[in-house]
Amino acid sequence: MAIGSRPPPPQFWPKLRRVLGGQTGWGGVLGQLVLVAFVVWLGYEIVANARANMQAQRIASGFGFLSQTAGFGVSQALIPYSESDSYTRVFVVGLLNTLLVSAIGVALATVIGFAIGLGRLSPNWLLARLAGAYVEIVRNLPLLFQLLFWYLAVLATLPNPRQSITLLGWVFLNNRGFVVAEPVAHASFWPVALALGIGVGIAFAAHALARKALFDNGRVLRIWPVVLGSLVGLPLVVALALGAPLSFEAPVLKGFNFVGGLRIIPEFVALTLALSIYTAAFIAEIVRAGILAVNRGQMEAGSSLGLSCGATLRLIVVPQALRVILPPLTNQYLNLTKNSSLAVAVGYPDLFSVFAGTTLSQTGQAVEIIVITMGVYLLISLITSAAMSFYGWRVGMGLGAT
Amino acid sequence: MVAVNPLTCLPHHPVMRGTVDLPRGRIRPGARGHPQCRVILKGCVMKRLLVAMLAFVAATVSQSAGAQTLKTVKDRGSLSCGVSQGLPGFSAPDDKGNWTGLDVDVCRAVAAAIFDDPTKVKFVPLSAKDRFTALQSGEIDVLSRNTTWTSSRDTSLGLNFTGVNYYDGQGFLVRKSLKVNSALELNGASVCVQTGTTNEQNLADYFKSNNMRYEVIAFASADETVKAYESGRCDAFTSDVSQLYSERLKLAAPSDHAVLPEVISKEPLGPVVRHGDDQWFDIVKWTLFAMIDAEELDITQKNVESKLRTDNPEIKRVLGSDGNLGEQLGLTKDWVVRIVRGVGNYGESFDRNVGPGSKLGISRGLNRLWNQGGVQYAPPIR
Ligand SMILES: N[C@@H](CCC(=O)N[C@@H](CS)C(=O)NCC(=O)O)C(=O)O
Repeated sequence: MAIGSRPPPPQFWPKLRRVLGGQTGWGGVLGQLVLVAFVVWLGYEIVANARANMQAQRIASGFGFLSQTAGFGVSQALIPYSESDSYTRVFVVGLLNTLLVSAIGVALATVIGFAIGLGRLSPNWLLARLAGAYVEIVRNLPLLFQLLFWYLAVLATLPNPRQSITLLGWVFLNNRGFVVAEPVAHASFWPVALALGIGVGIAFAAHALARKALFDNGRVLRIWPVVLGSLVGLPLVVALALGAPLSFEAPVLKGFNFVGGLRIIPEFVALTLALSIYTAAFIAEIVRAGILAVNRGQMEAGSSLGLSCGATLRLIVVPQALRVILPPLTNQYLNLTKNSSLAVAVGYPDLFSVFAGTTLSQTGQAVEIIVITMGVYLLISLITSAAMSFYGWRVGMGLGAT
Repeated sequence: MVAVNPLTCLPHHPVMRGTVDLPRGRIRPGARGHPQCRVILKGCVMKRLLVAMLAFVAATVSQSAGAQTLKTVKDRGSLSCGVSQGLPGFSAPDDKGNWTGLDVDVCRAVAAAIFDDPTKVKFVPLSAKDRFTALQSGEIDVLSRNTTWTSSRDTSLGLNFTGVNYYDGQGFLVRKSLKVNSALELNGASVCVQTGTTNEQNLADYFKSNNMRYEVIAFASADETVKAYESGRCDAFTSDVSQLYSERLKLAAPSDHAVLPEVISKEPLGPVVRHGDDQWFDIVKWTLFAMIDAEELDITQKNVESKLRTDNPEIKRVLGSDGNLGEQLGLTKDWVVRIVRGVGNYGESFDRNVGPGSKLGISRGLNRLWNQGGVQYAPPIR
């Protein structure tokens, strides 16, 4: 604590008064109580009024619709889905699609954003200017416009399925998306996967051991042969003993489109690209600000300790910069997730499109569906920011700051 | 008196008082405001907040779904009408920015009946998926946006369909180069459709009942749907047939695309109002009937004034020179005169907007009057 002070005497009533009414005295307490009562009454009035209006108009209400048959198709479902499934299933399908786009978008945006942000700080004149131009162009154009550009402009240049661009007959690119051979699991799949899991475990243990040796005794252990052996060698031995775990089934053109194979639809690609390219421009500026916020002396101190440039960045500058970067970075992650609700503009079946769009207009239950959808986005946002706070706390722990 | 920072409400030079040791730069909000500032806060911010809240409450509480639509419309001085975002022939702005179309004419007719002025309409463009919410919430008074009459919309959505101004059915638009001649050859095709339409559900039903696979790509607006179809993302574009003809005009080369012969559903399109206001329901319903009856009685925009002098008792009743049928609706005696003078009868509107007199050139077909081989049949005005 900056200034040593005497602890205030434990007084209950003044404390309560301060909590409730600031220094305005009991009048303030009364004011707060009136305000709370007012807010509660307001909330009650809104709900009651909406109910009364809906009943007067005989609009269906309640959550019974969730078990009704949806009766419409969805172009991408991560779980088995058909038209005869219920609206609940549609909800899950949409939610998973939203999560997929958000997760991949966040990862991609982070990578691009860090690259551009570091590029802008580079002593290389051309690189710095290019990175600067990227940021200025991308962040100043509306996202919806960029989304439609990626979708329509890029889609229009791709050939139809019969004239697909192909790579050896295993990978196809056309205006229906990106089709790759589908992996088919064999009997030896699970043993090999198990071996890989064990390998990962061994690698982590080796890493922890090496770290302990470094910090406790200052010894540097060479662990890469162990890591390589456990990650690659172990599964390989099992695979050689039991046979290949996977084989690939090539897609074939049949009628209008390819049958078999895994297909990534263009809507997904366009949405992910647009979201991550757009968000990356903001992340780049955050990264730049974060690094500039670290005192130059830190870099010099690093090199005077004999650390290489990369090691100084990695061990000294970035951990300190991260404390500045993380909170606004969290905001960008949340923005990306929420912006993914633009999906319907390019026909990607995200939560907002299939649930707050199609389901809403089929059932007309706007209140229930908007409440559920808002709750879900809120939950995703809260979980993301909790995870980021936890990460920030870990980083802070590492710096011995808290 | 200490100088006060107007932003933080803290003295410019923090004076050490009992517990001023702020924990590491964090300022506890509201705890230590300067008295002068507190007065300002209380005086204006609080008051404004309170006024805003009260206004909000008044707005939400008083906004009941009451049976007041006619009065609301008259007080406002214009009708609020939900239309499409641009579907030539049905509802689209022309080059001067005036909304025109078959669906637009229904709203203009209602405005003519109320105000004797078909221009007193505010058009609200709505996507398929937003239209019902806009009507339920009272943002619009009538929805006239190529909307299919179905039982669930008529009941659980809290709406009333006032009649049918266009009998339609769903079809498919494909590129001629695909060499597809029937919808039954579309097994495995990708189909573009607009979300929140009956078309989306009919599509699923049709492919399922014919044991065909398909991929559906659903967009929020017609423009995006058509662009995606044009870029080659989809093999077919599905919608009500009249809309296929209309959207085809927007394509770069309309003649490269053909509508397949199969009509896979019934799509009776008509104007819609909210539940709970029978008078308003009657007004919109009888405005449409009046247009159809006027065609049947051969009352046109041109001859309506001369028809006023006729001896025919039926025409006299319809035009209000005999009886008070219009007043029973809450309108004036000459309501039909106003409608026909303002927008013409149903046949005139059809010809001008979607029929032979328009770019669409759709034949009357099912939409002919009942006594001419069609199914347009309006109850009598008497
Ligand atoms: N009649 C159907 C479909 C109506 C519909 O929205 N069709 C589209 C076809 S592309 C349309 O008219 N869109 C015009 C627009 O969104 O502005 C329904 O009521 O659900």
